[in-house]
Amino acid sequence: MSNDSEHARHTEYSEHIVPVATYVGVFFALMIGTALTTWVAYIDLGRWNTVVALAIAVIKMILVVLFFMHVKYNKGLTRIVILAAFFWLGIMITLSLADELTRHWELNPAPWSVLLPYLSRLF
Amino acid sequence: MSEMAAHSAHPQGFAHQFEDVGQQRDAGRLGMWIFLATEILFFGGLFTAFIIYRALHLPAFIAGSHQLEVQFGATNTAVLICSSLTMALAIRSAQVGKPRGTIIFWLVLTMLFGAAFLGIKLHYEWLRDYREGLVPGFGFNVAKYTPGVEMFFCFYFFMTGLHALHMVAGIGVLTVLIIMAARNAFSSEYYAPLEISGLYWHFVDIVWIFLFSLLYLIGGRYAQ
Repeated sequence: MSNDSEHARHTEYSEHIVPVATYVGVFFALMIGTALTTWVAYIDLGRWNTVVALAIAVIKMILVVLFFMHVKYNKGLTRIVILAAFFWLGIMITLSLADELTRHWELNPAPWSVLLPYLSRLF
Repeated sequence: MSEMAAHSAHPQGFAHQFEDVGQQRDAGRLGMWIFLATEILFFGGLFTAFIIYRALHLPAFIAGSHQLEVQFGATNTAVLICSSLTMALAIRSAQVGKPRGTIIFWLVLTMLFGAAFLGIKLHYEWLRDYREGLVPGFGFNVAKYTPGVEMFFCFYFFMTGLHALHMVAGIGVLTVLIIMAARNAFSSEYYAPLEISGLYWHFVDIVWIFLFSLLYLIGGRYAQ
């Protein structure tokens, strides 16, 4: 009896085997995505070129993560780690951009001597 | 009966600190993903800097991007997607208990695609860039290209160089996996090294997908 339960304990977990058809389907979706993003780059969409290119890249990434990396069949803890990594990346990019893009420095800043008239205000 | 008891008490590769094989596999995957999270932030730092400098010097970065040839970037993207497919199939062939020859076949194909990627990069892209005076610090053609373009190529070589370094490491890992497979290390019960290395390999593929979009295509190519 204890043999059976031990047997069950060690071998009850069976991995989800992804069918070859799924892998091949994802492969073709990725190839089409690559062709699409290359093709769209040659069309003038103004500011939307960047948005489209990044959107297609994100979709390709999601396909690779979910299917090739098996995250679709993994436990929730793995997904939390992945989401956390992208969240931190988002913080890094957002705060860095918020800093840099709000600096409004002149291209030819004045020398420090322009501050001299204001020195009297310190005292 | 006793044989079955011995087998069930010791599935191949099972480490006894874990509850069962399932938990062991989950723990292995989780550890790898935590490492990949650090890698996301590692590349993320370069991406952040690139985004900022592109925002500040857009015309120069577009001019720099137009010096790159889209056909090689797109071909390399396709090559890496093929390598991800063969890697996934290598893991799957171990999962369903195929003979080691099948596993080795898919691993060797993955390695060949990886090597092809590096070959195209080195010969058709970097060598040409060097000859055209586009490598900062190694004969950069300051007369022809502005400092903004030079900045773009600093980013280009750092980001693709770091990525290529990861590819080389990945090929090294694949070599070890092929040797392990040849020694019959893998079965439908134990394929953890394959799966974990697969996660790393797919990650390097994803990084290239973003590098291609950001370095070769951003800003559009319609102005050419």
